[in-house]
Amino acid sequence: MVKEIERTGLPVVHMCTVVPISLTVGANRIVPTVAIPYPLGNPALEEKEEKILRERLVRRALNALTEPVDSQTVFEK
Amino acid sequence: MSKIRVLHYINQFFGGIGGEEKADIAPSLREGKVGPGMAIQGAFRNEAEIVATIICGDSYFNENLEKAQEEILQMVREISPDLFIAGPAFNAGRYGVACATIAAAVKEELGIPAITAMYEENPGVDLFRKQLEIVPTTNSAAGMRNAVKGLVPLALKLARGEELLGPEEEGYFPKGIRVNYFAEKRGSERAVDMLLKKIKGEEFKTEFPMPVFDRVDPAAPLTDLKSATIALVTSGGIVPKGNPDRIEASNASKYGAYSLEGFVDLTEDTHETAHGGYDPVYANRDADRVLPVDVLRKMEANGEIGKLHEMFYTTVGNGTAVASAKAYAADIGQKLLAAGVDAVILTST
Repeated sequence: MVKEIERTGLPVVHMCTVVPISLTVGANRIVPTVAIPYPLGNPALEEKEEKILRERLVRRALNALTEPVDSQTVFEK
Repeated sequence: MSKIRVLHYINQFFGGIGGEEKADIAPSLREGKVGPGMAIQGAFRNEAEIVATIICGDSYFNENLEKAQEEILQMVREISPDLFIAGPAFNAGRYGVACATIAAAVKEELGIPAITAMYEENPGVDLFRKQLEIVPTTNSAAGMRNAVKGLVPLALKLARGEELLGPEEEGYFPKGIRVNYFAEKRGSERAVDMLLKKIKGEEFKTEFPMPVFDRVDPAAPLTDLKSATIALVTSGGIVPKGNPDRIEASNASKYGAYSLEGFVDLTEDTHETAHGGYDPVYANRDADRVLPVDVLRKMEANGEIGKLHEMFYTTVGNGTAVASAKAYAADIGQKLLAAGVDAVILTST
């Protein structure tokens, strides 16, 4: 899906937990996430902290969208 | 010759431990055969015996790739089998990735023959087909009998160290290896034969299939986040409460487009997930965990991004055919482009 949307020329960042799959399907900007059932959250945390975690990951994704890349890149930070 | 000692790897579901709610269990070792091991043992007759079975949760494996591998390899060392079989995994994505990953690790790190089986669209195939023999199966466990029938003879050959013929003869996914052999006719003759068949419109088989490189170059980055319209797309199946378009829990036949107007935070009263194949409890309780609307609204209000696009697009990635997902995404891409969106965040579960 990432690839087909990116084909239109729009930059896409893929936020997912199983990075090897994302690499195989050809995503170019990848942000690793927390867990399969809750990629952008963590039910073990307090609501406030969970939101901080989510904000951090989304910020990383937005930053990835502003970075020029010439090949598949995993944004760990 | 004594019986070949086999160690079998399966997930929590086939191990009879539980469904998605148990997908995060750590690996455990059981004596003898469990679940699909019965059918495999039956096909072995007296030549081999499943001495033990490792059961591991699919989410546990995929979320802790290195740790899970180390734990399982330790169990394999203890048992020290002659053969390692994982699956069959059919079209279960996380299970397939787990089976192929661990089988490849057993083969490469411990030098024990290892094999697995799954459906051709399972991501485990493309990840590891070059490293090990993966036997094709149908896309659901209804094909267990045939899967075992394909898997067992090949597994026994590997365990005995017999030479394998090509993927077509033996029934495994091509590994991309070329083997030298003496052909009866020389190349020029074979090429002309092929050409004649082609001209006559007859069926012919190339000796060198061209690899398919389906890559898309990275799009240019955003130059100004503060003025950009960001759209959310997900394969995690987030839908308005009640799933108005009835997107299927697996093998989705459609995608949905829904308005985010007026939503600053997704709650259990407004949204849920239609996705099967992972434990939906967390996403149902707070869909922002999959589709981060709350955070993006805040950033929109702070002026960190220009705008969150008013529509979000969603489908269910679980067991959905690659061709369908491709078609949905091509459609979604065109709509986003037409709506003036600048960049996309796509989340997957």
